[in-house]
Amino acid sequence: MEAKQIIAARVAQEFKNGDFVNLGIGLPTLAVDYISKDIHINLHSENGFAGVWDKANEETLDKDVVDAGGTNVVLQKGGIFFDSVTSFEIIRGGHLDMTVLGALEVDEEGNLANWKIPGKLLPGMGGAMDLVNGAKKVIISMVHTARGNPKLLKKCTLPLTGKAVVDMIITEMGVFEFINNKLHLTELSKGVSLEEIKALTPASYVVALKD
Amino acid sequence: MEKQIQIHQISEFLKDGMTIAIGGFMGCGNAHNIIDEILKTNVKNLTLIATDTARDGYGIGRLIDDRRITKLLASHIGTNKETQKQVIEGFIDLELVPQGTLAERIRASAAGLGGVLTQTGLGTEVEIGKEVITIDGKDYILELPIKIDLAFISAQKADEAGNLVFNGATRNFNVPMAGAAKVTIATVEEIVKNGELDPNFIHTPFIYINHIIKA
Repeated sequence: MEAKQIIAARVAQEFKNGDFVNLGIGLPTLAVDYISKDIHINLHSENGFAGVWDKANEETLDKDVVDAGGTNVVLQKGGIFFDSVTSFEIIRGGHLDMTVLGALEVDEEGNLANWKIPGKLLPGMGGAMDLVNGAKKVIISMVHTARGNPKLLKKCTLPLTGKAVVDMIITEMGVFEFINNKLHLTELSKGVSLEEIKALTPASYVVALKD
Repeated sequence: MEKQIQIHQISEFLKDGMTIAIGGFMGCGNAHNIIDEILKTNVKNLTLIATDTARDGYGIGRLIDDRRITKLLASHIGTNKETQKQVIEGFIDLELVPQGTLAERIRASAAGLGGVLTQTGLGTEVEIGKEVITIDGKDYILELPIKIDLAFISAQKADEAGNLVFNGATRNFNVPMAGAAKVTIATVEEIVKNGELDPNFIHTPFIYINHIIKA
């Protein structure tokens, strides 16, 4: 499996039956392909719907339904539509079981940076700042390094999306969790050694591998 | 009161330097016909309130392409390279606002609230220059209402009174923007007689809508 598939498959294991989940655009959304057939979860799209949806085809296309990335989708039966105020009440009011977001940088204090590279890239935070403050659990899904540069740092260098907001970090090399506000390495991916992950992880962490 | 106006009358409402809000998300639920009409006028130096600027050449993006917007309050411009370019070159003065905060600041305006308290943005650049208020031991940023001159929203159906019904995911920012501006103009695909909409399923009450246009 490629790095992104490994990450997506591991993210999907976090979903429990009945969960209400918001997935960021890109890598986080890939987890949908790995949801266990034994469970049903509701996904939340910040532009105003929840449930389960599919990409639209010529027959099913409705110009009035796009996902948060702007792609035409079709909501399956049982889904619901709402406006942006309700959408963010759900997010900030603590009603989401979890959010899965991408990252430019994360650090050992649980800080997240994913909305801006000063002078270079200015996408904006979209709903990310609301999500990290409101969701019950914040999972970061990201490749371990960007062009060889580590992303799990001692201290973020980029403008923050949220301060001490991250609960879990899933990369192709392993899984990190914040336990009592301290970063722990809890899983190593197949074929990855403790030395290899340490060499690419400037953040300090406790090794506490689960069986 | 007769609320229906014709699309060419949009120019009568526009003034250089005014603040406009346009509902929609990534172009879905944008008032596309009104955007066409704005582009036919010479209006400029507009402040725009919108959650995003869609893409180059599409929806709100066309107002950016034509350099009509000099100040922008939005949550996300990552899908529009032209917007980023104009921000970096200094043509557009950009304030990035977290999406939920943007929705609430607009709603505060519609609801007559003096502001809203939120934890979104604490410890980030968003907090800079804003008052932080502690309630029950928790910190919140005081976010102020956004004052809007003119809001353009898009719905599926209206009755003659201006009650609105939306389709699919188009409620998004169209719903909170209705009533948040001094004047709200709704463009709709269909206008029906009063009494024909089921009162149980009205998304936006008529009182928020000043004018209706049939697309």
